[in-house]
Amino acid sequence: MEPFVRIASIAAPLPERDIDTDIIFPARYLLLTSKTGLGQYAFFERRYEDGGKTEKADFPLNQPVFRGARLIVAGSNFGCGSSREHAVWALADLGVRCVIADSFGDIFYSNCFKNGLLPVVVTPDQCADLTVRAAAGERLEVDLERQEVRTADGGVIAFPVDGWRREALLNGWDEIATILRTRGQAIAAFEAAQRTRFAWLHADT
Amino acid sequence: MSASARTLYDKLWEDHLVADEGDGVGLLYIDRQILHEVSSPVAFAGLEARGASVRRPGAQLATIDHAIPTKDRDRPVADPLARSQIALLEANATAHGITVYGAASPRQGIVHVVGPEQGFTQPGMTLVCGDSHTATHGAFGALAFGVGTSEIECVLATQTLRQSRSRNMALKVAGALGPGVSAKDLTMASVGLIGAGGASGYAIEYMGPAVSALSMAGRMTLCNMTIEAGSRIGMVAPDETTFAFLEGRPFAPKGRLWDEAVAYWRTLSSDADATFDWVLEIDAGALAPQVTWGTSPDLVLPVTGRTPDPDGIASEAEREGVLKSLAYMGLAPDTALQDIAIDYAFIGSCTNSRLEDLRAAAEIVAGRRVAPHVTALVVPGSSMIKRQAEAEGLDLIFRQAGFEWRDAGCSLCVAMNNDRLAPGQRSASTSNRNFEGRQGPGARTHLMSPAMVAAAAVAGHIVDVREID
Ligand code: SF4
Repeated sequence: MEPFVRIASIAAPLPERDIDTDIIFPARYLLLTSKTGLGQYAFFERRYEDGGKTEKADFPLNQPVFRGARLIVAGSNFGCGSSREHAVWALADLGVRCVIADSFGDIFYSNCFKNGLLPVVVTPDQCADLTVRAAAGERLEVDLERQEVRTADGGVIAFPVDGWRREALLNGWDEIATILRTRGQAIAAFEAAQRTRFAWLHADT
Repeated sequence: MSASARTLYDKLWEDHLVADEGDGVGLLYIDRQILHEVSSPVAFAGLEARGASVRRPGAQLATIDHAIPTKDRDRPVADPLARSQIALLEANATAHGITVYGAASPRQGIVHVVGPEQGFTQPGMTLVCGDSHTATHGAFGALAFGVGTSEIECVLATQTLRQSRSRNMALKVAGALGPGVSAKDLTMASVGLIGAGGASGYAIEYMGPAVSALSMAGRMTLCNMTIEAGSRIGMVAPDETTFAFLEGRPFAPKGRLWDEAVAYWRTLSSDADATFDWVLEIDAGALAPQVTWGTSPDLVLPVTGRTPDPDGIASEAEREGVLKSLAYMGLAPDTALQDIAIDYAFIGSCTNSRLEDLRAAAEIVAGRRVAPHVTALVVPGSSMIKRQAEAEGLDLIFRQAGFEWRDAGCSLCVAMNNDRLAPGQRSASTSNRNFEGRQGPGARTHLMSPAMVAAAAVAGHIVDVREID
């Protein structure tokens, strides 16, 4: 996984609340069985008309200033709805590394970290301010090491993130390898104890 | 309060904690996982790329549901993408020694219908699935939640997941549901009360007399829509109803193991003096049948209601949200819900496709006809339910009324197969999401109970099922 330490970028504003994963990645493209190359389907209905032939000019990611933005400043409850990780893969494929919002869908939030994306939770007031700045074309800097968002005029917004998620993202660690390395013995011990106490859970093996 | 008083969630968490990772994060042991064709391919590919094997194939179960067509099952799947996605799950499962209910299996069906039906879902388990409606299994007193594809791979490889511990929430439902009002109306009303993201970070335990009175099907419907209130986890403590449902099912413990299991399951309820971080109360007796009018499941009203009038809304953000929803739904402000005509009626999905749901709908349509301008579909949740319904003659009732009787799958809940509304068409649907485009680009969805969808199909517009005799 690509590490995330800090990025500075123009930020695309998407202030609408409850942007669900069906909007981020429409279900009919879920028939694809690979996680690469999905950026073309991201926000499909918002980005295109005529079934994909024409771009909608009013969608921020279609506007020249926001094209290639690595940051999104989003509305509340971004990524709510389905568990599809395709929503994150599609954003990643567009080059997005960080989404800032005052709240996220839980599963989307956790999916981000597995793919080198950083979801940043700020307060509603801070998010409103960052949305205005993003819309004005301001470059924002997101620093995971120091857990802060910095605005062009030197403003600093601190944000929370779980220690283990931060560390994994900073180092680009693979979670499965980490679990097996650090907890392999604990898992085996748990299984052995469970086999005795809850034998019916192991009737399969 | 005694220091040791624990909620059901606390007990399930502690009984599965492999390691405390600090900061409220735990490495949880995952007892069971259910796989389907859409969220699993990249997980299997990842597993192979790292040269790993599946740690406990017997703790996994795979079934085909999202992409599968709901008719012409005797022919190869027409859509080449769907066909290869389905074949890929069957191949992956077989290669790793995982039981798979393939397209032709008599046990095939929707993940959240099949798990309980086969007794794979049991109280006291941790159970995950790459699908956000996995809280459905919480109806059995399991700690069940939806996961992403990376987490599926993690469970395949390690049988564990790192999770942040949730806060405890109790949703207490007093009284009894009135005639024509079902578990679906209860879950929709609670989503409306809590809001689309309101319970994020909480594990919800549904309790109270109206919950205990529900059948397992009703409890599954109730837990199913927990995610629409932002929470991944919804649960009901197991009781005699739960045990009676499970006994004798294929994966249920047998003999001495059954007795041991039930003895443990009986300990799985919140202690009387346990404290919850958030307690909400609902009076079941006060509920009317519920209908969504907008593009988020929390935009819900009693069937007797009218669409909101944006002029009366003070907050600009909220007003804009209402305007956007009304525009997408093609509805004027202050419209009586019962004046809204529909083009489609869909009875199905993991929320409402069980035998009991089909019976409730059949009771309404028996001897009636679907309105001429309405396309009406029944899609049973599993192939087993389909056969049971046919044995009861429900298929005949539906067909005679003008419904199409289909094969099991997700179908119009997610519109990934070829079941889809045309842009601008409007449905009454028993599914769980009314998001923009959920039933096809430009499609408009009104969520409601099976009886309400059946009534709307017959009337041709949304109607109060309590007024049908
Ligand atoms: S029926 Fe709908 S919500 Fe349920 S598993 Fe299928 S797609 Fe998901």
